[in-house]
Amino acid sequence: MNRRQLIASVAALTTISLAAPTWAQDEPLKVGFIYVGPISDGGWTYQHDQGRLAVEAEFGDRVETTYLESVPEGVDAERALTQLALAGNDVIYATSFGYMDAVINVAAKFPDVKFEHNTGYKRADNVGTYDGRFYEGRAVTGTIAGRMTKTNKIGYIATFPIPEVIQGINSAYIHAKKVNPDVEMKVVWAYTWFDPAKEADAANALMAEGVDVILQHTNSTAPLAQLQQQGKIGFGQAADMASFAPSPRVSSVYNNWGAHYVKSVGRILDGTWKPEAVWGGIGDGIVAIGEITEAVPAEVKAEAEALRDKIGAGEYHPFTGPLNKADGSAWLAEGQTATDEELSGMNFFVEGITAEIPQ
Amino acid sequence: MIRLVPRTDTPALLQIATPILAVLATMIAGGILFAIMGHDPVAAIRTIFWDPLFGPAASYSRPQLLVKAAPLILIASGLAVGFRAGIWNIGAEGQYIIGAITGAAVALAAYPAEGMWIFPAMVIAGAVGGWAWGMIPALLGNWFGASEILVSLMLVYVAQRIAAWMAFGPMKNPEGFGMPGSRNLQQYPAAANPELVAGTGAHWGVVAAALAVLATWFLMSRHIRGFHIRAAGIAPRAARFAGVKPETLVAFCLGLSGALAGMAGLFEVAGPAGQITDKVGVGYGFTAIIVAFLGRLHPVGILLAGLLLALTYIGGELAQLTMNLPAATVQVFQGMLLFFLLGFDLLTRYRIARRITA
Repeated sequence: MNRRQLIASVAALTTISLAAPTWAQDEPLKVGFIYVGPISDGGWTYQHDQGRLAVEAEFGDRVETTYLESVPEGVDAERALTQLALAGNDVIYATSFGYMDAVINVAAKFPDVKFEHNTGYKRADNVGTYDGRFYEGRAVTGTIAGRMTKTNKIGYIATFPIPEVIQGINSAYIHAKKVNPDVEMKVVWAYTWFDPAKEADAANALMAEGVDVILQHTNSTAPLAQLQQQGKIGFGQAADMASFAPSPRVSSVYNNWGAHYVKSVGRILDGTWKPEAVWGGIGDGIVAIGEITEAVPAEVKAEAEALRDKIGAGEYHPFTGPLNKADGSAWLAEGQTATDEELSGMNFFVEGITAEIPQ
Repeated sequence: MIRLVPRTDTPALLQIATPILAVLATMIAGGILFAIMGHDPVAAIRTIFWDPLFGPAASYSRPQLLVKAAPLILIASGLAVGFRAGIWNIGAEGQYIIGAITGAAVALAAYPAEGMWIFPAMVIAGAVGGWAWGMIPALLGNWFGASEILVSLMLVYVAQRIAAWMAFGPMKNPEGFGMPGSRNLQQYPAAANPELVAGTGAHWGVVAAALAVLATWFLMSRHIRGFHIRAAGIAPRAARFAGVKPETLVAFCLGLSGALAGMAGLFEVAGPAGQITDKVGVGYGFTAIIVAFLGRLHPVGILLAGLLLALTYIGGELAQLTMNLPAATVQVFQGMLLFFLLGFDLLTRYRIARRITA
């Protein structure tokens, strides 16, 4: 750090401490959200909006929330974020990966506004990030899948070959294999987050290959509808999808962003907010396991819930060695756990998965 | 009983009046819709049409109108030339995507070189990419009689797949932690398409859109090719007898509109969008069809229509923020505009007569 930077940062610190150690109570904190889909999508955006409502329920008159929905990533993102900042929002939550560079650009122009970007990796003095450890949930549903399959073939409807999805596939496979050594994992890359027609096709393609339990990373209920017709089972994704319970939806991994939003807004209100990289899992309440239905035998349910609780309590990491990579090379030694850096750049399958990661 | 009688000639006043009538009808129908939804219709209409221009944050939103309108005007200018000849390029969205990819490819190949040549080369590559994508339906039409409407539309989906492939494959940012999407061209000065004068919103795409309006106006009203295009649209058989080759016109119109759409794609990817992602196409190519018709296929009309559509986007955002109107409102609005325009269009070609049935 040279002298100019030092002076600048000291000056910045002074301003911050003078400005607002705690939030002035007379005016509500304005909280803005930018959504990639409509709030009625029943999946990704719906769950974020539930989080917004949780903030309203928690803080009442102390906050005022607004949102912009269906803002495509790309050319419109920067303008929409600027509009939210100009509308006087004190904090803006950007809820899709593709907003990342736009958030950084707009945050530089509005240094007094706080930004949090969902699923991204770029941060700044007024930009934090937050994400869910969805692989923790997949460990639980993978366990159920391994126990429930009769054909020993489980399927995974993958979205795009990005680290988050690869973590999910690996975690589901590792834990299915743990309870069922004969299990085999089939992967279909749907190249979409939400496309009911394509997702239904993917589910049917998997079932045609003998798969009888499907985990999905895509966000529509179409795969569950197909599973229902053929009497096979799957899991809710992003949202609880409880309307398909007790079967084909035997459980779910859903995003409970409210747990994060309430904590984050609370920190802004009491003046302790910092731009952090939050990566929360079951223990933080961000990743939630939907009710395991009576379609699952009681002992399997108990086993899955025990795993959920162990992960939540931090007693067990879903990526614990010994684990090898699919190419046969060693990855984690006995008892060693994966680091967050390794996970956030994950681009390989673990040993035993025969599917390919498209490059 | 009411009967429609074809007009032998259309009064000039009606030509200008119908788009204005369509806008007014959209405001009224939209207002009724807002009232049913429980919102103050006057406030909603004012938020959408007035606040972006003169509201409290107008100093930001006015330049944004240019940013949003530029690609629409650029694409619609090209489309309108073809539409005047009865050549229906519905696939400008695909030509836009391909232009964005070919233009960005130049920048990504040159990275991290510096040089004044890089941005012009990107513009040319974008235009060539869009032109080539437009030539596919042109050639298939000329050689095999394939419908340019269907082929150009289907190629949009092919282009979207190519964009996804690029974003996840060859063009993926090597420093992006395995995440999809190319390098951000905004952060590569030699390739960036920034605001030229701070606070105006105008980037090179805005300049190009203005030039396209002038150039297509000159083409259509002062150049023999423009005369051929108009002749082919009004009376194809007569045009053929006068020596106009339909094959040449098809290739010219699809090539021109493709090139302009491709350039629009490049200006967006180097500017407001910044990077190639699987969502690089945001529908400008389709919205531009509305712009072309709303502007009565006339360059000046297209200029105004592009700005109006941009207004509905930005005003729609403001209405969401300040009034909690759902985002779908903007889409309903744009749909209504086209609907009413086509409806009132009937009046320019037919007059209403009363007939007494026996």
